[in-house]
Amino acid sequence: MNEFWVLVTGSLVGITCGLTGVFLILRKMAMIADAISHTVLFGIVMAFIITQSLNGIWMMLGAGIAGVITAYLVQVLQSNGLQEDASIGVVFTTLFAVGVLLITLFAGNVHLDVEHVLMGEIAFVPWNTWTFMNLTMPKAVWMLLFVLLINILFLLGFYKEIKLSTFDPIFAMSIGLPLVFLHYAFMTLVSFTTVAAFDSVGAVLVVAMLIVPASTAYLLSKSIKRMIILSMLIGMLSAIGGYYFAKFLDASIAGMMATTAGGIFLLVFLFRPYEGLLMKKRKLVNMNNLTIKS
Amino acid sequence: MNAIEVSQLSVAYEDNLVLHDINLSVPVGKLVGIIGPNGAGKSTLIKAILNQLPNKTGDVEILGHSLDPKNHLVGYVPQRNAVDWDFPTNALDVVLMGRYGHIGLFNRPKAKDREKAMKCLKSVGMGEFANRSIGQLSGGQQQRVFLARALAQEAEIYFMDEPFVGVDAATELTIINILKELKAKGKTVLVVHHDLQTVNDYFDWTVLLNKTIISSGPTRKIFTKENLQQAYGGKLFFMNEKHNEVLAERGGLNAIR
Amino acid sequence: MLSGNLLWVLAGASLLGVASGLIGSFAFLQKQSLVGDAAAHAALPGIAISFLIFQQKDLPLLMLGAIITATISVYLIQGIINRSKLKSDAAIGIVLSVFFGAGIVLLTIVNQSSSGNQSGLNDFIFGKAATMAKSDLVWLSGSALIIILTCLTFYKEWKLVIFDTTFAKGIGLPVNLLRFILTAITVLTIVTGIQAVGVILMSAMLIIPAATARIWSDKLVTMIIMSALFGAFSGACGTLISSLKTGLSTGPIIVITASSLFIFSYIFAPKRGLLVKIQQRRKIAKRVLKQEVQAS
Repeated sequence: MNEFWVLVTGSLVGITCGLTGVFLILRKMAMIADAISHTVLFGIVMAFIITQSLNGIWMMLGAGIAGVITAYLVQVLQSNGLQEDASIGVVFTTLFAVGVLLITLFAGNVHLDVEHVLMGEIAFVPWNTWTFMNLTMPKAVWMLLFVLLINILFLLGFYKEIKLSTFDPIFAMSIGLPLVFLHYAFMTLVSFTTVAAFDSVGAVLVVAMLIVPASTAYLLSKSIKRMIILSMLIGMLSAIGGYYFAKFLDASIAGMMATTAGGIFLLVFLFRPYEGLLMKKRKLVNMNNLTIKS
Repeated sequence: MNAIEVSQLSVAYEDNLVLHDINLSVPVGKLVGIIGPNGAGKSTLIKAILNQLPNKTGDVEILGHSLDPKNHLVGYVPQRNAVDWDFPTNALDVVLMGRYGHIGLFNRPKAKDREKAMKCLKSVGMGEFANRSIGQLSGGQQQRVFLARALAQEAEIYFMDEPFVGVDAATELTIINILKELKAKGKTVLVVHHDLQTVNDYFDWTVLLNKTIISSGPTRKIFTKENLQQAYGGKLFFMNEKHNEVLAERGGLNAIR
Repeated sequence: MLSGNLLWVLAGASLLGVASGLIGSFAFLQKQSLVGDAAAHAALPGIAISFLIFQQKDLPLLMLGAIITATISVYLIQGIINRSKLKSDAAIGIVLSVFFGAGIVLLTIVNQSSSGNQSGLNDFIFGKAATMAKSDLVWLSGSALIIILTCLTFYKEWKLVIFDTTFAKGIGLPVNLLRFILTAITVLTIVTGIQAVGVILMSAMLIIPAATARIWSDKLVTMIIMSALFGAFSGACGTLISSLKTGLSTGPIIVITASSLFIFSYIFAPKRGLLVKIQQRRKIAKRVLKQEVQAS
């Protein structure tokens, strides 16, 4: 039964992150997600210091606010002339350092150690349950389902808007789409996704689940819908595969999930149709044959 | 009523004024070329009229109203390089984006919108490429798709930012013919353009710009040596088509008819 | 109190600050600040692998492993960008997170073995500047000196390669070799730094001093020198502040010092500072207003 819940949690992480990741890749904001996954620590610590509780809702709120603050600060630095990569770097390392410092100062004794936040411990997920409407499930599963639901609702409501503002923001502005609202709403979603996922896989490895499956799907897709479906499938596959590999090696489950996602990416990168390295070589050989013939 | 009425428009980036004190009236039903040297603020002018710039002062009226995307009066073709052409989508889908303003929030495109988009795509000669990934289209084909998207907006006034950059001759001809059709239907079209050779053939109304309006009016009247010299600061180099040699004539603009 | 060990830590942190300030400037100009972040994460599996192979925690051996995987990561990022439609942000994110994930897997495997249990490899994630052994600090200072000397040697070549590669090739510079040396030295800086401040905060040392210096100067020489000074100042200040009270970890304090410098510069610097910019905007608004008044 415990194994079952670990697999459910992992799959939900894969699906939720896979969904959010698609637009992160298309909007070229993968590293903003990386930044948010680090600054979420700051938000959680602040939430703990203010409320003195480890309640999921407060953590979610703190993380959401920290995520939006991160996105906003990066935007401010950038619009004042600092290049994008440096803006991201300055903001997230600073907030992360403040977060680490606050933990050591104010929250050293509670179950909020930095290592846990960074690496997660999915194996403990089944022990921490919550009952709602006579249904008892691990807290992490509840959180992930909740965030997945918000993600799906957001996409159902704003699919064509977020698509157009991603593809052609200038045109989107000319027909009156609320670009700023869409940007920050999406950033809030990324923060929610991060905080829901990091309890199980850890903040740094959330980045792997956000970026890697979506990138793999991007290489295989000519339409967004296909990319979304593939990304969620690959995310789920990475989680389940990662769990069994980790069990076999008796190693970190979260780390193995990220590594599996990386392995799938590598395979697709090398063997993808039309553009893969092998295909390119074969094409070259064909071309050589042609020249010899003619 | 004029199609566009701009008064006292100024735009600043950081510490320099990119456009200053623009006053411009364009009548309905003209095909307008916006001409000027690099850095004259041509694209900025369009963006300012479309209310896309924060540091803007002055007033803009479109067909007697202040700009509101909900009126669907304006169609827009941005510069082609402003877009990521690796985006996973196909030509028809891009054209369908032109309907989004009409479809509105929370609604999905209907069959009617799809038909309209397909019709627009066919009208630019791209019907057979509807399902092609946009990344696999040539520069000229991409530009036609952008034009089709603007047509799908069913607007009254169209703004095009450098539509002829990096496209083949056939596409340029297709585009200009479509623009002339639009004009014949009573629409107004503004085009940012930089090929002086074709101004006389393409546009019946010209706006000469260099940070401020140098001159604007019927092309025949205002496309003169004196005005061009003023806009380009007398540093114009001209290609003599017959001999194919560069005549660096300071102020001697014989190539212009 | 300036005890003997604290003096060593102080010297090490300052030298590290100078080295990362110098290298960070070059990374900044190449728009590769976040590549450094990825390389720092990618050092982790290298450290674990070299421990698994040699079963020792000799710093030079661990550093060698780290250098190898970090260098591979930099070239992988380049490869992904060159050979697919993925953009740099995705390529960096993929490499960073997968290498780090693999590193954590390897660390858990190391921790299973009896010898690995006490290896203290986990320290590489968060750094342990204050408690570093003297021998480690000697290594740290030594490699910081190597980095600084290399930067001085190749300064003008790197400048040209970064600014205009085609031209550099044209005048016969060995561009690929120069780039490789720059990458190698960048990786050496990162690997040197992570034992002191940890994987994540090492990126801060590369990025923040360079970004701060850029606010103050438009000239490369000045920018690099200022960046090195800011780095040294942050390292020294951070070490001193954290020695005042037990429980203040050195790494975060160093970074927060660097950030404070950045925020101060961001607001008050001449030319590019926020206050000056606000003033400029007001001036323009006034100018425009005047013109409008005159026009009407």
